[in-house]
Amino acid sequence: MSEGIKVPTMASLFAEGKQPEVLFWVGCAGSFDDRAKKITRAFVKILNKADVSFAVLGTEESCTGDPAKRAGNEFLFQMQAVTNIEVMNAYEVKKIVTTCPHCFNTIKNEYPGLGGEYEVIHHTQLINQLFEEGRLSLEGGSYKGKRITYHDPCYLGRANNIYQAPRDLIQKLDAELVEMKNCRKRGLCCGAGGSQMFKDAEKGDKEVNIARTEEALETKPDIIAAACPFCNTMMTDGVKIKEKEASIVVKDIAELIAGADDL
Amino acid sequence: MEYLPNISFAIVLVAGIAFFRRNVLRLIRNIKLGKEPQLEKDNTQRWKNMARIALGQSKMVVRPVSGIMHILVYVGFVIINIEVLEIIIDGLLGTHRIFAGLGPIYDFLIASFEILALLVIIAVVVFWLRRNIIRVKRFIKPEMKGWPKRDADLILYIEVVLMFLFLTMNATDAQLQALSVEGYAQAGAFPVSQFMMPWYEGMETASIIMIERAAWWLHIVGILVFLNYLYYSKHLHILLAFPNTFYGSLKPKGQLDNLEAVTKEVQLMMDPNADPFAAPAEDAETPEKFGASDVMDLKWTQLLSAYTCTECGRCTSECPANQTGKKLSPRKIMMDTRDRLEEVGQNMNVNAGKFVDDGKQLLDDYISREELWACTSCNACVEACPVSIDPLSIIMDMRQYLVMEQSAAPAELNQMMSNVENNGAPWPFNQMDRLNWVNES
Repeated sequence: MSEGIKVPTMASLFAEGKQPEVLFWVGCAGSFDDRAKKITRAFVKILNKADVSFAVLGTEESCTGDPAKRAGNEFLFQMQAVTNIEVMNAYEVKKIVTTCPHCFNTIKNEYPGLGGEYEVIHHTQLINQLFEEGRLSLEGGSYKGKRITYHDPCYLGRANNIYQAPRDLIQKLDAELVEMKNCRKRGLCCGAGGSQMFKDAEKGDKEVNIARTEEALETKPDIIAAACPFCNTMMTDGVKIKEKEASIVVKDIAELIAGADDL
Repeated sequence: MEYLPNISFAIVLVAGIAFFRRNVLRLIRNIKLGKEPQLEKDNTQRWKNMARIALGQSKMVVRPVSGIMHILVYVGFVIINIEVLEIIIDGLLGTHRIFAGLGPIYDFLIASFEILALLVIIAVVVFWLRRNIIRVKRFIKPEMKGWPKRDADLILYIEVVLMFLFLTMNATDAQLQALSVEGYAQAGAFPVSQFMMPWYEGMETASIIMIERAAWWLHIVGILVFLNYLYYSKHLHILLAFPNTFYGSLKPKGQLDNLEAVTKEVQLMMDPNADPFAAPAEDAETPEKFGASDVMDLKWTQLLSAYTCTECGRCTSECPANQTGKKLSPRKIMMDTRDRLEEVGQNMNVNAGKFVDDGKQLLDDYISREELWACTSCNACVEACPVSIDPLSIIMDMRQYLVMEQSAAPAELNQMMSNVENNGAPWPFNQMDRLNWVNES
């Protein structure tokens, strides 16, 4: 599978005196989490297919500081932010794409105040642009007729008002997009945000990801589409706990697009 | 003696307004205890937001039933209050229905007020049923027990009584007009209260006049009492919804402010020329407290929001933590902030305007850590609020206090943070392995 993916680093391009069109901010989940790494690779395949000039920071990338900030550690957040901004400004980064809505939100909204001003887009937006520009096209119909429900990540939807880009991509798959009763602005959280991913939940009568998975299951989907590595984990766990993993898969939009084209 | 009613009226009116003024000044003083927020200066957008969200009730109708009923009560109260203007002039001058000279316009106005009054009564009855018979879930959460519940019901009762007095005033007036009683000239159209007229048929004229006067007086006194009740209840939203939507955040919901005090320290740490062991300058300010443990640490916009909250609970019913049985309720965050702020205000009232430490604070005495750590920062509460309140911002400020002033994060989060600090990821992976995914499959 790994054959053929081309992932240049900023450092290597810089050494050749080149500047990529866009920096792909991979994020910690995308770099280290086994499930999320598949999303990263799927997105890179799309970038390669569309011949997008991009690069990653690789070992020069560090956590954006989002989980620290949401946990209340502003100090650690700003240390991370300033370090990352220094690296990116040194490479004269102008445009950033990321597969993680948390990285997206932090770099887009919270870095400018600390000296990091970039055009930041989410991978679902970039993939849409590639379709619009004709750099990408879909022929494969492996999802034709499948029921796909889309879970809005809080940090993409409510936090940044991006609801349509991921849905437009699902429409391109020739699949049937079925909405959950709580979607878009009223989409229910998967339970991972605000640093909850890294701790046990407080005492309650249910886990948030179970509640959200139940809402997804009500739509009788074949696929639950996500656009955030953390949502993906939470929903995957939910599907497992509901013992539905044989019939329902949780996929990132990038994986769906890459899969449809059999990349 | 001839002017006794006019004088009494003037006294009641002035007393009512003076007491209201006193409470408004206290309100402003309490709100100003908060810190200065980082506000974007786009006033055009702010006016637009206020017009759309507060005046236009745009977010109320997200829930159609309560939204439409609320619009009836809102429009009813705003428009019927034009009548109050006439009552005040009549009361002061000793006239009766001074606007009657408007002729058909007056008839139209009175007729519209009556229809609106009826619609208000219907809406208020529906509200009462939702709270007391249907028992809509968000109205019976734990934080609604006791005073909040009584407060909500009391407001509904006052509203029905005020509308009923208004209609009684009109019905008896119409009856007196029909009897051609002196001083009750033909004026107004009474599409609703005409059905109450038969109640007074056959009654002595003097008694009808008495009822008319009583209804008139109770109506205006009731309005003044209601005006002054606002400060003691959750009902301040009828006034504060306007400034609160005006000062509501213009930033994307995901964007949290960057603490300037921290930026300074970080800059110092990153500055290779800075001497970490240098003694602080003589005139150095005391370092700012990070985050919030009490209401004075919050921004004044957050305190304004606390007074604006009318405890509708839309935030809480959308909250994923609350929906799954956790203790966190964003509405309670706002109620606690207001209650603590009131406590601080009372403290200042009895201590010559100065706050004397009472050994209490917002954290722990009102809002528990368990509540604060249950938040997923999903912004559902912020999105749900019909008057642009941001409970999440208070939760985040209090987390900052817990972590930066007290090092009191849950152990797992401390682990996560030390990972971020040491190896640039929330998990214990080596930063040098960040690119390994390229060669895996």
